Amino acid sequence: MNDVLESLFRAEVRGLTLHRVQGHGGETDRVETYRGTTVKMELSEKVRLEIGVSDHFVDPTVNAILSAAQTGAVGDGKIFVLPVEKVYRIRTAEEDQAAVTPVG
Amino acid sequence: MNSADIAWMLVATALVLLMTPALGFFYGGLVRSKNALNTMMMSVSALGFVGIGWALAGYSIAFAPGNALAGDMSRALLHGVGLEAQGTIPHLLFFSYQGTFAIITAALISGAIVERMRFGSYLAFLFLWGIAVYAPVAHWVWGGGWLSRLGALDFAGGTVVHVNAAAAALVAALVLSPRKDFARQAILPHNVPFTLLGAGLLWFGWFGFNAGSALGANASAALAFTNTMLAPVATLVAWTLLDLVRSSRATAVGAATAIVVGLVAITPAAGFISPVSAIVLGAVAAFPSYYALLWRARTRLDDSLDVVAAHGVGGTVGALLTGVFAQKSWNGVADGLAFGNARQLAIQAAAVLAVALYSAGATWGILKVVALFARVRATAREEGLGLDVTQHGEEAYTSGEGAILVLPEAHGPAAPLSEPVLAPGGGAS
Repeated sequence: MNDVLESLFRAEVRGLTLHRVQGHGGETDRVETYRGTTVKMELSEKVRLEIGVSDHFVDPTVNAILSAAQTGAVGDGKIFVLPVEKVYRIRTAEEDQAAVTPVG
Repeated sequence: MNSADIAWMLVATALVLLMTPALGFFYGGLVRSKNALNTMMMSVSALGFVGIGWALAGYSIAFAPGNALAGDMSRALLHGVGLEAQGTIPHLLFFSYQGTFAIITAALISGAIVERMRFGSYLAFLFLWGIAVYAPVAHWVWGGGWLSRLGALDFAGGTVVHVNAAAAALVAALVLSPRKDFARQAILPHNVPFTLLGAGLLWFGWFGFNAGSALGANASAALAFTNTMLAPVATLVAWTLLDLVRSSRATAVGAATAIVVGLVAITPAAGFISPVSAIVLGAVAAFPSYYALLWRARTRLDDSLDVVAAHGVGGTVGALLTGVFAQKSWNGVADGLAFGNARQLAIQAAAVLAVALYSAGATWGILKVVALFARVRATAREEGLGLDVTQHGEEAYTSGEGAILVLPEAHGPAAPLSEPVLAPGGGAS
C-alpha cells in the first residue's frame, strides 16, 4: 500500500480517500484453523482508493497505481475509471476543475 | 530442608514462568497487527521447546558436575534429580526454577528477529540455543564453571540471561538481515496497551526472578526484592525526564521500556548492593540504554524491538555497576570498586565480554546449521501478508465475515437435515 501512495505522490496526485474493505476477487481462499474448527476465509482485507482528478490527470494516476501495485498475482485488484458529474470544494465553493486542482 | 524456603521457591518459580508469556505481550504489542500472533508465539513456544531441552540435557550441562566449561551428562533427563535436598529445597524444585530462566532467556532473543523468521526454523533455533548456549553459560557462572571460580558476581542473571540473550539477538538480527520494510516505511506498534501490560507482568514476575535467586526465604531475598522495586522506579523517573527534556512528551512505550531496562540492570546486582545504591544504579542505567535506542534507530541494524539496547546495554551496565556498588556488609560475599575492591569491576567486565563473545559465535553457528536444513528467512511475500497468516494460518484480529466452515470429512456424512438433532438430555428447542 505504501508503494502505491509513494507512486501516486510522485505522480503529483495529492488528494485521495482510503477505505479498508473486505473483498473477494479471483484469488484462492485462505484456510485458517482455530482449535478444531477449520474455516475458509472467503473475504480478504483489501483497500479501496477513491481519487478525484481532472481529465488530463487520469492517465498518470492510473499508470502510477499500475506500476506500484502490480505483482502479477491474482488479487492485485482493479482500477475503475468513472465520470464525475459535478465537484464542489466546500471551503471555497469552487466548482469542477478548480475544485480538484491543488492550491499552491 | 526448610519449609519456608520451599514455599517461597515454589511461588518464585511460577512467577518467573509467567515472565515468558508476559514478554509475549510486551513484544506482541510492539509489532504490526499482521505479526502479533507470530511474535507472541515466539515467546510462548520457548516454554515448550526450551523447556524440553532443559529436561533432556540443558540442566545437566548447566548444573551437573563437570569441568570449568560445561557440566557432564549425569543429570540428563532428570537422572538423579529427585526429592533430595539441593541447598534447602528439593533438587527437582531447583531444576524447575532454573528451567524457567533458560526459557525466558531464549525467548528474549526473538525481539531482534520479529516479523521475518520462518517459524519452523525458529523452533529449531530455540531448542538448540537453550542447550548449546544458555546451559554452558549458566554453568560458567552458577554451575561451578570458570567464571564463578574467577569470582564473577551475577545474582540473578545480568550476564547469564541478558548479556547472553542480547549478544545472540545482535547476531541473529545481522544474520537474518532487516525486514523488507525496515527504514522504508514507518513500522508502528499495533497495541501499546499490550506492551504496558507485558511490562507490568514482567515486573511482577521479576520479583520471583531476582528475589528467588536467593534460593530461599531469607534476608538476601528481601534485599533483592526491595532492589527489584527500587531500581526500575529510578529508571522510570530518569527515562521519563529524558523523554520530557528531549521531546516534551513522556511516552508510554518509553515507560514500558524504562521498566524493563531498570529490571535488567538490577538483575545482576539485586542481592549484592544496598537499596540506595539500587536507586542510583537504576537511574544511571537509563542513560546508556536511552541513547543506545536513539542511536540504533538511525543505523541499518534491524534489532526490531531493541533487545541490544535494553538487555545488552542494560545488562552490561548492571553487571559493571555490580562491580562498583557491591557491599560486603549487605551481601557477605564481596565488595566492589566503591568499597575498595577495584578487582571486582575487572572480573565483571571479563565475564560480560566472555559471555558476549561465546554467545555471539555460537548463535551464528546454530543459525548456519539450521539454515543447512531449512529456509530461515520468510519470503518478501510472506512478510507482506504477515507471518500470522503465512506461518500459523491464524489472525490476531478477525472479523469472521466471509468465513465459511469447512466440515471435517473424517466425521463421515453429516446428519441428514430432515431429522431433528437432539441435544443430550434435552429436546430440540
